[in-house]
Amino acid sequence: MMSLFAVLIDGTIYASWLFLVAAGLTVIYGVMRILNMAHGSFYAIGAYTAASLVGWYFNNGIGPVWVGYLLMLGCALVAGLIVGLIIERGLLRFMYGRDEVLMVIITYALLLILEDTMKMIWGVNPYFAYQPYAEMGRSALAGLKVSNYDLMLVGVSLVLGLGLWLWLERTHQGKVLRAVIHDREVAMAMGVNVRRMFTLVFVLGTMLGTLAGALTAPAISVVPGMGVEVIVLAFAVVVIGGMGSIEGAAVGALLVGLSRAAAVHYAPEFELFVIYGVMALVLAVRPQGLFGRVLARKI
Amino acid sequence: MTCILETQGLCKEFGAVTAAKDVNVRIHKGEVVGVIGSNGAGKTTFINMVTGYLKPSRGEILFNGQSIIGRTPRAITRAGMARSFQVAQLFAQLSVLDNLLIAVSAAQSPFPSLLAPMRNASRIEQADAILAEFDISRWRDTPVTAVPQGVRKLIDIAMALIGDPQMLLLDEPTSGVSAEEKTALMDTVMRVVAQHQVTVLFVEHDMDVVRRYVSRILAFYSGEVLADGAPEAVLSNPRVQEFVTGGPNAHKRAAQ
Amino acid sequence: MRLSKTELILLGVAVLLAAGGVIAPQWLVFLLTMALAKAMVVQGVVMQMRAGLVTFGQGLFFCIGGYAVGMSGHFLNITDLVLLLLIGVGAAVLLAMLLGLLMTRYREIFFAMLSLAFSMILYGVLVKSSALGSTDGFNVKAWTLFGWTPASGQAPLALFIIIVACSGLLAVLLHRYSRSSAGMMCEAIRENEVRVEYLGQSPRWVLYMNYVAAAAVSALGGGFMALSAGHIDPEMAYWITSGEFVFIALLGGTAHVAAPFIAAVLFAVVRTYAIEWMPHSWQMILGFTLLAIIVFLPKGLWSLFTAQARRAKA
Repeated sequence: MMSLFAVLIDGTIYASWLFLVAAGLTVIYGVMRILNMAHGSFYAIGAYTAASLVGWYFNNGIGPVWVGYLLMLGCALVAGLIVGLIIERGLLRFMYGRDEVLMVIITYALLLILEDTMKMIWGVNPYFAYQPYAEMGRSALAGLKVSNYDLMLVGVSLVLGLGLWLWLERTHQGKVLRAVIHDREVAMAMGVNVRRMFTLVFVLGTMLGTLAGALTAPAISVVPGMGVEVIVLAFAVVVIGGMGSIEGAAVGALLVGLSRAAAVHYAPEFELFVIYGVMALVLAVRPQGLFGRVLARKI
Repeated sequence: MTCILETQGLCKEFGAVTAAKDVNVRIHKGEVVGVIGSNGAGKTTFINMVTGYLKPSRGEILFNGQSIIGRTPRAITRAGMARSFQVAQLFAQLSVLDNLLIAVSAAQSPFPSLLAPMRNASRIEQADAILAEFDISRWRDTPVTAVPQGVRKLIDIAMALIGDPQMLLLDEPTSGVSAEEKTALMDTVMRVVAQHQVTVLFVEHDMDVVRRYVSRILAFYSGEVLADGAPEAVLSNPRVQEFVTGGPNAHKRAAQ
Repeated sequence: MRLSKTELILLGVAVLLAAGGVIAPQWLVFLLTMALAKAMVVQGVVMQMRAGLVTFGQGLFFCIGGYAVGMSGHFLNITDLVLLLLIGVGAAVLLAMLLGLLMTRYREIFFAMLSLAFSMILYGVLVKSSALGSTDGFNVKAWTLFGWTPASGQAPLALFIIIVACSGLLAVLLHRYSRSSAGMMCEAIRENEVRVEYLGQSPRWVLYMNYVAAAAVSALGGGFMALSAGHIDPEMAYWITSGEFVFIALLGGTAHVAAPFIAAVLFAVVRTYAIEWMPHSWQMILGFTLLAIIVFLPKGLWSLFTAQARRAKA
């Protein structure tokens, strides 16, 4: 019984982290049909920015703790904004309309460039920003010790997921976005400024990525290559849930999170196997993902 | 006359949209049937269903007496029913000859050879023969993207004919071609088709073109068959005139 | 079986290369052997590209080929080179016949991501397997050929000559395949799959055969890599490794069977120097080069030569 609770708790925590990482990826794909391999690098940039700034802040005891948290989130969002704008305005907007797989390769090139850029800026040694994590302490949950920071992450991902969903479903801008997702050409014909929308969505996606990285930084050591590891997991979640679907990303994250927690507790050798096994299984049964749409070719 | 294609109560719904409603059609061997109807009337949906690209919501399709519901387009092609497309479906990066060679190769065997070259003498002969029939031999080595629209349509039809089908469905064979060229194009198509002794059904918007060749007309409107019979009878049918052709009194009717 | 002009040239180049290996310095022979092994894997990627599919998981078969060689040596005490390579290719073919049933249902992004996933599954399994050395991998035993054991100084040159010979034969075979009905059908599927279906051919069947054949070719490369490097590790199945193969495929282009060989050698040479001079910028250079290729030379470097040749004739 105890281990079942542990699996549930661990799984939910892991799932909320996965959702935070995957949300930006699925939003960008849904609107722009770009499967952004460099999303992992955005995550890493967020983590590095947060770790270096927050580390400096706390190590020098500059101010109150809560300001440190705000700084962490703020700098991540700013980093995401800057990086997103540079990439979208500087590179991607010249490539729109090209084959989807070609876009993947382009973002793969971006990933390679960003990985080394990060090494240039931050070096190869690990960064630590454990203070926010340690500050929050732990709680007892069903007899198990759980870090409050992890619980906060679950809360943040719930709020974020709900917020995104509400924005897409209930606001006017969200409706316009969904029109673009559905049929880009018709939306353009109806007067939607698709180009501006693309910039907006891409920057939003980037900021979600850096935010996820910043939020994760206190829980881990920030090292080169972390972005590369994360992207394959994010892919699995997005593909399972159906590309472009927020609900799908949430469900996919839960599925993967719980399966992985189960594997870690009962059969650790199968950890990675389980994640991709779930993806392969879902795709075998429902090729477009759980919430994905089938697009038949018109002839 | 033997019935080569029959549909019984064929229906297709896409959610709230009805693309086909209780379509009952019997095509006999050797007939030349024209299919008319305004855009969205369900003509292409009909062809898509009959050739296996779309699964009908309800109804039965019989080809030579055998049910072909659920069969893939490739199985139906092998059974003897071929089609051409509204927008010519060709292999863009290849030459005209290569396009036809692929059709020849596909028609010969479902299991293509892994080492024997595709471009062998016998296949080239077949491809050249059909190019000559359609009188487009001079485009033989041109990349198919550099070829005029009319020739593209002819290649599209030639590829369908290579498999020696019993029945040929042509979806708007003259679409995209200028008005002056339409008749010449159709003349070529029907001449070649007659030589191959194929039952033909073609979709067309130009009534002059339709009247020239067909022994029978099917008029579609809103997913239903409005009229089915000899050309004069169908074209003078008041409902056909109102909903499809817009005949001499249509504007008066519309004003009522 | 008459050989065409191109095929004769390919075999001729192979003979020259083998002869050159006798007088070339040891480090060059070693570099070229590894480059040719990688080129074989890239040929598998190119075979998929010709059919319109980009695989980010060819490392799966590369790794299977390598590990089959290493494990047969370690656990079954097999050292004969031909046998080892056959086991590697056989294992990959069996796996591809199984996976192909699923993979051929997908195109575009899903195919790319699924292939990545399966490659990462193998990576995960190998990393967690302490019996196979987990992240360190393990060393591959020295090889023999029909009973002959090369002296330690002879082995690299001998392997070089063998891989050159195999590359030549492979080039001829792939040249034939690209012109065969199956090979041309792959291109037709890339251009217009629906039309292929309507012509009475099964795209899935053609893509399935292509998938299995590509797996076999890539596994051969993996086997040779294991024998040449003397070491295997799970990194072979990591998706970044697969990304490298995609890069080399794009660099060379899919127009000619010789392109992947040339691109792989070029890549190996540039990489050796770049890693020495700027180890922390190598990936960035790769990234910018990839972007440059996509924007300026979408058909790969090969298009430079064909464009020049056409201009020279005019």
